[in-house]
Amino acid sequence: MSVFTLEAGLALLGLVLLMIEAFKPDISRRTLGLTAIAGTAIALVLLPFCGASLPAFMQPWHQIDTLALFYKGFSLVITLLVLWLTLECSPYLTKFTLDGKLAEMFSLPLIVCSGMMWMASARDLVTVFVPLELVTVSFYVLVAFARKSSFSLEAGVKYLILGALSTGVLVYGIAWIYGATGSMSFEGIAKALGNPATSKPAALFGAAMILAGLGFKVAAAPFHMWVPDVYQGAPTPVTAFLSVGSKAAGFVVLTRALDAFLAEGSLIGTEIQAMLLVTGSLTVLLGSLPAMFLTSVKRLLAYSSISHAGYLLLALACRDSARVDLASGGVVAFYLATYLPMTVIGFLGLGLMRANGLGEDIKDFTGLARRNPLLALVMTLSFASLAGLPLTAGFLGKLFVFLGLADHGYWGALTCAIVAAAAGFYYYFKTVLAIYTTEGTDTPALPLGVATKAVAGLLAVTIVVLGVYPKPLQKVLMPASAAVVAK
Amino acid sequence: MSVLEIVIALPLLAALAVWLGAPARAASLGATFINLALVIGAMVRYAGKSGLAFTHSRPILDNPALSFAVGADGVSLILALLTTLVMLAAVWQIEDRPNIFYIASLLIGGGALGAFLTTDVFFIYAFHELALIPTFLMIALHGRAEPAQRKAVAWKTTIYLGAGSLVLLAGLVWAVLEFSGGSKLTFDLTALRAQAAATPLTPEKQAPIFFVLLLGFGTLVSLFPFHSWAAPAYATAPTPVAMLHSGVLKKFGLYGLLRIAVPLLPQGAQVPWVQNALLLMLLGNILVMGLVTIYASRLDDTLANSSVMHMGYIFLAFAAGTEIALKGAVLLMFAHGVSIALLFALCGRMRNQLGTLEYSKLGGLATHAPAFTVLFAFGAFASIGLPGLTNFAGELMIFAGSFANFKAGPLTNLHWTVILALWGVVMSAVYMLRAYRSVFHGSATTGLFMIDPAFSQRAPFILLAATLLVTGCCPWLLLNLMKSAL
Repeated sequence: MSVFTLEAGLALLGLVLLMIEAFKPDISRRTLGLTAIAGTAIALVLLPFCGASLPAFMQPWHQIDTLALFYKGFSLVITLLVLWLTLECSPYLTKFTLDGKLAEMFSLPLIVCSGMMWMASARDLVTVFVPLELVTVSFYVLVAFARKSSFSLEAGVKYLILGALSTGVLVYGIAWIYGATGSMSFEGIAKALGNPATSKPAALFGAAMILAGLGFKVAAAPFHMWVPDVYQGAPTPVTAFLSVGSKAAGFVVLTRALDAFLAEGSLIGTEIQAMLLVTGSLTVLLGSLPAMFLTSVKRLLAYSSISHAGYLLLALACRDSARVDLASGGVVAFYLATYLPMTVIGFLGLGLMRANGLGEDIKDFTGLARRNPLLALVMTLSFASLAGLPLTAGFLGKLFVFLGLADHGYWGALTCAIVAAAAGFYYYFKTVLAIYTTEGTDTPALPLGVATKAVAGLLAVTIVVLGVYPKPLQKVLMPASAAVVAK
Repeated sequence: MSVLEIVIALPLLAALAVWLGAPARAASLGATFINLALVIGAMVRYAGKSGLAFTHSRPILDNPALSFAVGADGVSLILALLTTLVMLAAVWQIEDRPNIFYIASLLIGGGALGAFLTTDVFFIYAFHELALIPTFLMIALHGRAEPAQRKAVAWKTTIYLGAGSLVLLAGLVWAVLEFSGGSKLTFDLTALRAQAAATPLTPEKQAPIFFVLLLGFGTLVSLFPFHSWAAPAYATAPTPVAMLHSGVLKKFGLYGLLRIAVPLLPQGAQVPWVQNALLLMLLGNILVMGLVTIYASRLDDTLANSSVMHMGYIFLAFAAGTEIALKGAVLLMFAHGVSIALLFALCGRMRNQLGTLEYSKLGGLATHAPAFTVLFAFGAFASIGLPGLTNFAGELMIFAGSFANFKAGPLTNLHWTVILALWGVVMSAVYMLRAYRSVFHGSATTGLFMIDPAFSQRAPFILLAATLLVTGCCPWLLLNLMKSAL
C-alpha cells in the first residue's frame, strides 16, 4: 500500500461521516468524533508501514520524500489533536451552532488533513494549488462554524474575503511564472531560472506574487492583518488548527517553491532572498511588539503565531551551510515540530478555560496554579517554550534559526529576531505570572478528565524531550534536507 | 555516569518530588545534605590534580556539536561548594512557608550547579536561565512589598537580566562562530578552547567579542551602569531567593567570564579601550555604589547595595588579568557568596521578628540576642575584609595581583584604579560598622525586641560563619584546588 491511499482514505472517511450525519441526524456527536479520531489514528499508525512507490502517471506531479513523509505525519498528528480538542470543547461549542450539531467539525478536519498531506508531496504548482484550495475552503467553513457567535461570523467573512484575494494573487503569480519559464513543475522552473535567456522581470514578478499569496496563508507581514481577528473569532480548536496545520501546510509549499526559486545559479535568487529577509524581519517584529500590549491570551497567541512565522521565514532565507547539518527546509520542519506541542497546549488551556465558563483574558488565568497545578505546570512549560527558554524545544528551534542567520552574516535580520525574542519573553511571562498569582482568587478547582491529563502531559513531555534530546528528530530530518538539496 | 551529573540532578529531582507531594522540608534538606557531601567528596578526590576531572559527555546533536558534557576543575568545584553550602543554609532557614519556597530554592541551586559543572556552552547558558525563572517568579509572588511594587521590581529585574542574557547569547554565538573551526559548529567548551589556543585571534579582533561578553555577563553581575536592578531585587526578594541569587547565581556572570571569555580571548581584557571602559565601570561599582551604600537608611538596602559594590573588586581582577589576581577573584567570589548569604539570612530573620529594618528604629539588639549579634558580626566583618576571614585573602590577592607589574615608570590607568579602589575598603568599613552599631548597640526603641533563635535554627548561620572562618584562616584549602593556570 502506498502512502497516497491514506490521504484518499481520509477524504473518503470525511465524506462518509458527512453523509451519515445528513441521513441519520440522531447519531451522537461523540460517536462521530470518536470515529474521526479512530480513522486519523489508524492512518497515523499505518503511515510508517506504507511504501513510497507511485504509479507512473503520478510521478511527474507527486513525490514521497522524507520531507513529505514528515509533513504527512505532522498533519495527521495535528488533526488528531484538533479532533480531540473539538470533542473536549463540544459541550461549549454546540451552544453556538445551529441545532447544536457538530458533524462538519469532525468531517472537515479530515478533508483538510488529506489536503495538507497531498500538498506535502506537491511537485508542481498545480498540485500545490488544488490541495491548498481544498484546505482553505474547508477552513472558511470551520472558522465561521460557531454561527450564533458574531465574532465567529466576522472572522469567517474576513478570512473568506482576504483568502479569496490571496488566492487570486497566487494564481496570478503562477500564471506569470508559467509564462516566464514555460513550466509548472518545480524542477522545470528551477532549470528555466538557471537559463540566462529567461525573462528576469517576468519571473521575478511571478515569484513575488506567489510569495505574497503564500505569505497570506502563513501570516507573513505585511499580509498578517487578518490573523488576530480571525484567530480570536474562530472556535478555539479551529484556531489551533489554523495556527499549526495551516501554517505548516503553507511552509511545506514555501520550502518546495523556494528550493526552485533559490536553486544554484537562479536568476532571481538574490532578490527573492532579500525579500525573505525583509519579510521575515518585519514579521517577527510586527508579531512580537504589538503583542506586548495585549490582555487577551487568545489574541496574544495569534500575534505569537505571526512572530513564529517570521522566524520560519528567516530560516528559509538562510540557505544551506556546511557548518550546520540541517538545511533550511530541515530547520523549518524542526521548528514546526517544536511549535506543534507548545501551541496546542496553549489552545488546550484556552479551550478548557472556556469550557469551565471563564474568559480568555490574562486576568482569567489568575490563580490557575491553585485551581489546577498540573494544567498550570503544563501551560508554564508551553509558554516557556514559546518564549524560547533553554532546555525546552522552542529554544532549539530558535537557536537553529539564529545560528543560520549568524553563519550567513545577516546581522540586521538577526538583530530583529533577537529584539522580537526579547519582547516575547515579556508577554509570555506576563501570562505565566498571572497563573501563579494567588491573591484575590477564590475561584473553585478546575477539574480535568483523565484523557485531557494524559494528552496535556504527553505534549509537555514532548516539549522537554525535544528540548534536551533533539538528536532523533534531527536524524529524521537530515536526509530530508539532503534530498531537497540534491534536487 | 559522573558524580557531577548526580550533583546536578539531585536538587532538580527533589524539586519535582516536592511538587508531586513529598514532604518538602525533609526532601529538600536531604537532597542538599547529600549534595554537599558529594561535592566535598569530589573536592577531596580532586586535590592535587589539575585540569578537568569527572568528565562525562552525552552527545545530543552531531552538527552543530552539542552534548550534555559535565566536568569540573578547581574553580568549578569551589563554586559548586559555594552553591551547595548556600543552598543548604537557604533551605534550612525556611520556616512556615509554602512549598514553593523549597521548590524555588532547589531549582535556583540546581540551575546554578548545572551552570558551574557543565562544559558545554549551550548548557552553561541554559542552566543559568533555568535558575533565573524561579527568581523572577518568587520576587513577583512572594516578595516583601505591596503586590504592585514587588511586581514592578520583578519586571525590572526580568527586563535587565533578560536583556543581559540576550546580549550574552549574542556574544556566545559570536564566540562559537569564531572558534568552531571551519568544518562544523561546536558548543563544546574544551574544543573551543583548543581552537582558541591553536589559532588565537589578534587582540584587536578579540576586543569586541570580549566587550559584548563583558556587557552580557556584566549585566548579570550588576556591573555599573547596568546595576540598578540588583538593589531593589535583593531588598524585595524572599530570604532564600536573596541568599541564593546574590550569593550564588550572581557569580555565574563572573564564572562565565573566567571560564569562557578569558580562555577564548586571553588578551581581550587588556586591549586599551576595553580595559579603560572596564576600569571606569568597576570604579563606578566601587566608588559610586560605595557612596550610595553609605547613605542607605535600611539594613536591607545597605546589604543589597554593598553586594553590588563588592563586584567591582572582582572585575578589577579581570581588568588586570594576572594569575594571582584571578585566583584572588575566585576566592573572593566564594567568600562574598558565603558572607552575603549569611547577612541576607540574618536580615530576613530580623525582618520577620521585628517588622522593620530602618536604622532609625533599631538598636540595642546585642543585649537580647548575643549569639545572633556574633553571627552578624562574622558576616559584617568578612564583608569589610577583616584578616582571618576569607574575603580578606581574596581582596589582598586581587589588589596585589593588579598592582604587580609596577615598575619605576609612570603609573598606568590600572594602577590608578587600584589606588582608588582601595578606598572602597574604607567605605565598606564605614557602612558596615555603622549598620552594626545602629542595629546592635545603643538602646532599642520600645516594642522592637528579638531573642536568639533556637539552636536548630542557628545551625545554618553557624555553618556559613564557620566556613568563612575556616577558609579565611586556611585559604590554601581552596587555593590548592587551582594548581593549574586559570
